[in-house]
Amino acid sequence: MDQPKKMAIIATKGTLDWAYPPLILSSTAAALGYEVQVFCTFYGLSLLRKDLSGIKISPLANPAMPMPVPMPVMVQMLPGMEAMATMMMKNKMKSKGVASLEELRSLCLEAEVKFIACQMTVDLFEFQRSDFIDGIDYGGATTFLDFAGSADINLYI
Amino acid sequence: MQFDKELDARGLNCPLPIIKTKKALNDLGSGQVLRVTSTDSGSLKDMEAFAKQTGNELLSSAQDGGDYVFFLKKK
Repeated sequence: MDQPKKMAIIATKGTLDWAYPPLILSSTAAALGYEVQVFCTFYGLSLLRKDLSGIKISPLANPAMPMPVPMPVMVQMLPGMEAMATMMMKNKMKSKGVASLEELRSLCLEAEVKFIACQMTVDLFEFQRSDFIDGIDYGGATTFLDFAGSADINLYI
Repeated sequence: MQFDKELDARGLNCPLPIIKTKKALNDLGSGQVLRVTSTDSGSLKDMEAFAKQTGNELLSSAQDGGDYVFFLKKK
């Protein structure tokens, strides 16, 4: 392989289920020798926060989520249900040998996956750069397109 | 089959067996052989795709009870 293949991803979601695909694809592509950039915008910025424990999953308005027992929507909206669903999902993942988000992100960083935080949404949500991990870039659409324009794979997640 | 290094990726799920395989291959020289054991049934197909894309040769893949055993020769 003369020129490495390139993959560009826009990560826009910040729930547990949506946080996995960008990190799984990036870490794997990097292992295959791809050059990878992930542009994190809106809720996708949560992938870059130092503390990933705020990333949760909710059964509410998510009829496809498998539940151990059928649970009416009125119950799903009770306080604590989101935390419980998140805990159950994380335990399930651990028991199945699925990597944690922290582990996948470390693998990405180790393999030199480049993360770019969308500066516009950083400002919009009033995040501080100190909220995010070190070693990432800050930029806008033009920064993303500079890389994505010559990428072999472009994904919007 | 002879091998130079062994990776136990049992109990791990996608994409960890592949990423750990890649890391283990980093420690080997060209022509050396890595033996990987996995329990992830997806790794049967993934290991083929890994070999195809990285140029490392998949010498064999076999199922041994609940385990999948791969021999990879480093490019």
